[in-house]
Amino acid sequence: MAVPKADKLGVSVTREPSLMTGAVPSKSWMDTPVEFKPGNFCYPAKKSIVEYHKFPNPRDWEPVADDWKLPANWKDIILQGIKERLDKFRSFKIFMDCCVRCGACADKCHFFLGTGDPKNMPVMRAELLRSIYRNNFTTAGKILGKLAGGREMTFGVLKEWFMYFYQCTECRRCSVFCPYGIDTAEITMMGRELLHLVGVNINWILEPAANSNRTGNHMGLQPHTIKDNIGYLCDDIEEITGVKITPTFNRKGAEILFITPSADIFAEPGIYTAMGYLLLFEHLGLDYTWSTYASEGGNFGLFTNNEMMKKLNGKMYAEAKRLGVKWILGGECGHMWRVIHQYMDTMNGPADFLEQPTSPITGTRFENAASTKMVHISEFTADLIKHKKLKLDPSRNNHRIVTFHDSCNPARAMGLIEEPREVIKAAANNFFEMPANTIREQTFCCGSGTGLNTDEIMELRMRAGLPRANAVQYVHDKHKVNTLACVCAIDRATLTSLMNYWVPGVEVCGVSELVGNALVMDGEKERETGLRFEPLAGEGE
Amino acid sequence: MRVLYPFLAVIAFILIALVGVRIPGGQSLIGIVLPYLAILAFTGGFVFKVLGWARSPVPFRIPTTCGQGVSLPWIKQNKLDCPSTFWGVAGRMLLEVLLFRSLFRNTKASIHKGPQLAYGSSKWLWLVGLTFHYSFLVIVIRHMRLFTNPMPAFLHALEFGDGILQVGAPQLYITDLLLVGALLFLFVRRLVMPQVRYISLANDYFPLFLILGIGITGILMRYFIRVDVVGIKQLAVGLVTFSPKIVGDIGSLFFIHLFLVCLLLIYFPFSKLMHLGGVFLSPTRNMANNSRMKRHINPWNDPNITPHSYAAYEDEFREFMVEAGIPVDKELAKPAESAAAGPAAEAAPAEG
Repeated sequence: MAVPKADKLGVSVTREPSLMTGAVPSKSWMDTPVEFKPGNFCYPAKKSIVEYHKFPNPRDWEPVADDWKLPANWKDIILQGIKERLDKFRSFKIFMDCCVRCGACADKCHFFLGTGDPKNMPVMRAELLRSIYRNNFTTAGKILGKLAGGREMTFGVLKEWFMYFYQCTECRRCSVFCPYGIDTAEITMMGRELLHLVGVNINWILEPAANSNRTGNHMGLQPHTIKDNIGYLCDDIEEITGVKITPTFNRKGAEILFITPSADIFAEPGIYTAMGYLLLFEHLGLDYTWSTYASEGGNFGLFTNNEMMKKLNGKMYAEAKRLGVKWILGGECGHMWRVIHQYMDTMNGPADFLEQPTSPITGTRFENAASTKMVHISEFTADLIKHKKLKLDPSRNNHRIVTFHDSCNPARAMGLIEEPREVIKAAANNFFEMPANTIREQTFCCGSGTGLNTDEIMELRMRAGLPRANAVQYVHDKHKVNTLACVCAIDRATLTSLMNYWVPGVEVCGVSELVGNALVMDGEKERETGLRFEPLAGEGE
Repeated sequence: MRVLYPFLAVIAFILIALVGVRIPGGQSLIGIVLPYLAILAFTGGFVFKVLGWARSPVPFRIPTTCGQGVSLPWIKQNKLDCPSTFWGVAGRMLLEVLLFRSLFRNTKASIHKGPQLAYGSSKWLWLVGLTFHYSFLVIVIRHMRLFTNPMPAFLHALEFGDGILQVGAPQLYITDLLLVGALLFLFVRRLVMPQVRYISLANDYFPLFLILGIGITGILMRYFIRVDVVGIKQLAVGLVTFSPKIVGDIGSLFFIHLFLVCLLLIYFPFSKLMHLGGVFLSPTRNMANNSRMKRHINPWNDPNITPHSYAAYEDEFREFMVEAGIPVDKELAKPAESAAAGPAAEAAPAEG
């Protein structure tokens, strides 16, 4: 599964016949079966992991095999599953009925742009499921069958679902353009839920979900390891700034509980973002605590099914209640914030044991979080900056020429667009936007979200990330941009691979890293390097 | 097949109507029975479908936010693309329904050597779609002249506006041209654009042909082939007053036109044409983005789904936690006396 070199892949993306390059497949999509080969699918979930979740049909199986060891009545299970979901989700029902196949969504999907595979057009992805819906649940489909766009549920269809519902990152870009607001994220969620019913799933999602359940975070970090890791970050901070920070863990009576994706305290470049948080909170003298139990902001349940999402998310409120904090502050993460913003209160609220979040520094009441009682770090920081409560020296980021990648969910499921920009502009002097069609609500996914950031599909990821990379390339060439800032932990991991592949010379960082770099701490020594021990502008060059 | 079958189907329907008017009782069937049936099927089917959608709850608040959300007081919210209030949502829906806001955003992506992606403006679909829908609407309203006696003033005004070009006799209606032109564009677009051609189904072509059939027969009647307008008006008024009768020889063309209209009405609720109703109910558009301000209720939220408990977590990791100086709720069982560790020890600096 060697991944071709970027220049080679670049040529093949533009030259190879595909629907993107103008070649029209001769056969109808219904007559085009999928073929699994190494590199175009994610590894199935391990039997033990499926058993741990008590999900149906745990077994060892291979996507390339002809026999997926499905339950004998798998078709009935799927059809029954569709019926149940039609009754539970109005979105699903309407999205099945309303599409007119106008094609406006077709070239909005990063997977389609990068692969040219017709089934990656959002409309087509939905048709994979819609055709079954029509055949079995609509009058026209029952009478006219194929003529009404219906088709039988077959093993071939199931394979298509596994292929293409795992080539969608639920980024919702298509839904911005759809005249009826049809959201492929909803379709993909339903598709994945249905696949789970017959035991078809991927390990890169279910194992992190299992870890999150047991250890509190998807990395599987145990409590002492979390404390150790953050301790190491504090050591680095001390070395760089001369300031000694001693954060607390699981401390009852703290005012604020801070939750961020566990990747931020474990892997580069997320750890620099975590150092930014630590410096910021120290700078403010914030009365806050980390939790080792609720130590994951991200929610792999969102990529699994709504039950798992609720179960994993439940820890946030449970821990806030146990510790007796007043409100919760959340770190930088994309889909984590989709869950918090659009699902958490509904699933696990009401959070009546918490108080409406109020910044202890500025006194600002976060009216927009009045019920959920959880505030995004960019909102919190932007408020501090507006009230001039941060001593910032943006010239410390002069070695960085920054652009900002809007993460899908904050942009299209929250409307968090200006806050991180306000923060960046205060913390850095060089900031350039990517082209308008690739940012804000039209932003492109990193290409590896929703649990697809696994190495076995690297070529696919690089293709899907091409639209994002291409926009970065544009500002890299035009403005010498060398830093891609973002507010998402998955982005920090995946965009790094993406940049290394398509736009070498561009580093990825969290917005809070820029803040940490610029913060002038009380009693600090003169800084010679940034948080990555990288030389600052004018130093050591 | 996906193009030919629906085309043949519409031709077949025209032939059926043509033959139908010639057999005894056929005119009553097409002119009187079928319209009632069609109206019944349309309203019944429409209501049934909408109620069917409404029966399923909206468990989560999932608007697609297309602009800055409500945030700190000094950050300017995009109140129409990311509304947080009822009136904001109403505005967003009006833009969507009346002006096709989302489609207006449309772009066309192309890939070039490099690789380089480019996104060009692409407003044709928006423009023609809007033209088609509004022309259709005006034409439907114009037809009210057949059912009203005397005609209300606004119909006169509408007819005057629509005929403002003052070409030909009878005067040419702009909407007639626009409707047929738009339909042809949409049809050719489906055939020519590779992506759209690939996704198009028979049920995408059928309504195009059907409406085109209706439009063409209507135009033929108005401008080229004489039909008995007085008879048509008598029948129309009769239909709405529940005393329909067919007087004299109206002309086959009228019956073909009416037959196709009835088919469209019957077909409507069972087809994608229901996007007319669906757009109002789409949860990504008709919900306010206020889910952190106001709790949204999911009627089937399952209270039995609870997280892996802290107690179970601590039971598994207590030893490590105590050793690392992380506070615990229950002390370690064995060295009960010497356990001064606990919350107090936690305040001490971490190792390092």
